[in-house]
Amino acid sequence: MSEITAEQVAHLANLARIALTEEEIAHLTTELGQIMQAVEKVSEVATPDVPPTSHPIPLQNVFRADVVGADVLTAEQAVAGAPEADGSRFVVSAILGEEQ
Amino acid sequence: MSEIIRLTAAELGAKIAAGDVSSVEATRAHLDRIAAVDGAVHAFLHVDAEGALAAAADVDRRRAAGEAFGPLAGVPIAVKDVLVTEGMPSTAGSRILEGWIPPYDATPVRLVREAGMIPLGKTNMDEFAMGSSTEHSAYGPTHNPWDLDRIPGGSGGGSAASVAAFEAPLALGSDTGGSIRQPAHVTGTVGVKPTYGAVSRYGSIALASSLDQIGPVTRTVLDAALLQDVIAGHDPHDSTSIAEPWPSMADAVRRADVAGVRIGVVKQLDSDGVQAGVRSRFHEALALLERNGAEIVEIDAPSFEYAIAAYYLILPAEASSNLAKFDSVRFGLRVTPEGGGTVEQVMAATREAGFGPEVKRRIILGTYALSAGYYDAYYGSAQKVRTLVQRDFDAAFAKVDVLATPTAPTTAFKLGEKLDDPLSMYLNDVATIPANLAGVPGISLPAGLAPEDGLPVGIQFLAPARQDARLYNVGGALERLLEAEWGAPLLSRAPDLSSHEMAAAEEGAL
Repeated sequence: MSEITAEQVAHLANLARIALTEEEIAHLTTELGQIMQAVEKVSEVATPDVPPTSHPIPLQNVFRADVVGADVLTAEQAVAGAPEADGSRFVVSAILGEEQ
Repeated sequence: MSEIIRLTAAELGAKIAAGDVSSVEATRAHLDRIAAVDGAVHAFLHVDAEGALAAAADVDRRRAAGEAFGPLAGVPIAVKDVLVTEGMPSTAGSRILEGWIPPYDATPVRLVREAGMIPLGKTNMDEFAMGSSTEHSAYGPTHNPWDLDRIPGGSGGGSAASVAAFEAPLALGSDTGGSIRQPAHVTGTVGVKPTYGAVSRYGSIALASSLDQIGPVTRTVLDAALLQDVIAGHDPHDSTSIAEPWPSMADAVRRADVAGVRIGVVKQLDSDGVQAGVRSRFHEALALLERNGAEIVEIDAPSFEYAIAAYYLILPAEASSNLAKFDSVRFGLRVTPEGGGTVEQVMAATREAGFGPEVKRRIILGTYALSAGYYDAYYGSAQKVRTLVQRDFDAAFAKVDVLATPTAPTTAFKLGEKLDDPLSMYLNDVATIPANLAGVPGISLPAGLAPEDGLPVGIQFLAPARQDARLYNVGGALERLLEAEWGAPLLSRAPDLSSHEMAAAEEGAL
């Protein structure tokens, strides 16, 4: 399968919203290459006739009535641990930059 | 050392029930022990002495007023920092959650409180449970009480070390690929990963949702059973929680008998890749079980060889998605780039500063494995391996009642030894990962000390999904047989930590 490049790692870091440094990108490029080489082993036995398993114990979807339960957090509790809040709402930075 | 902290949780619970010891006395004895040795062990990230003593006083008062309690009421317990706790910080070993105090209790924490147990504090772990040594904790590693230069296992090294160092009679852990069982193996303690869905994951900071399971960390098999009886059961807050009721695991231990039990030895995990002393203790334990009526059968599980590869695709994929919630908005750290920035720039700066190297490595790996064009080759193939591993278990359990393996390939290695070699670190989980992929339960209990280094060795048993009681039967029986041979529990041979602590203090290492 394909080699991992530094450009790919930088792209993945952007998708994952982690502002990696140049050194981290260089280091991760080497490490990810080695790890992917090891895990590619799965393709040896993952033949088309084998169905995938997403979950260890077979499950059915769980439904409940669309009613707010008694043991839910209040808005004040929910924002209590936030880096910035106005009492009942999370405060965030601007969504758009100046040039947008 | 105080007599109280040497008691098992079952013994301590009985003494408290009989009125020989109060919960306050028991709690204070463990807090004193933590104060004496945790500088050297570093099992705890947070100790809530005031809250614990208040909870203990409350249980004593209610008992005096005639309230009926279960067998573990009044007994202190340590809680892995992956479980959220109302009023106690919960970091999962990460800087990104430093100082965060959750507004609710995880279900297993709520259940231990309702059982009258006393949470002492939060135990150290690899950041977001990613690791096998606690060296990936943002707050420094935990040290193995058997040898302070060695790893206590991971990710739940703090819980295992707290129990091995007699700082707590028992603890809660979480196991995604072996994080309860491998620390038990290297610290001479007992760890159980219940069947997936047996214990609610509500309030457990998720690593890989299809693999995570909460379970007991203890010094005896009976204590693990008593704790599983407290924390298992259906929870409407967790859609993967199993609805059916469970039999008493403690009863399974009390009735333990291996006569006629068929035990399968997985050929692929009993190889030259396992350290000699780990392997010899494993085979001695099997021979002991055989002499007491068990039947030992060799089992072929060819797909187990691919389990680690599948795991290191599935886990990063699920983790990269689960950890997206650490976005600088709802909890924990927020880092604003110099001169400000958009919410995306703040998010990226926060995650750069708040996550450690192993977490970044796995998020990037997971993001890659889930990328368009690679999804089928990586994540899809890994899910197929998961099917093959389950089929191997199904075929095995058609022939035997339980499977046996060494819990991990080696005894505790030195701190720092594998830190720069992720692939070699990942191999620690070779014997524990298959159970998580298939959702089946597993136990690790002490099998002895490796002759070549004098360090603890565990033996692992695995049972079919929902048959956790079989693990407690075989584990309880083996523990009794081994302790009859040894004359005392394995941990009675662990070094006395108070002298270690004094020596460390004299050298100025503390």
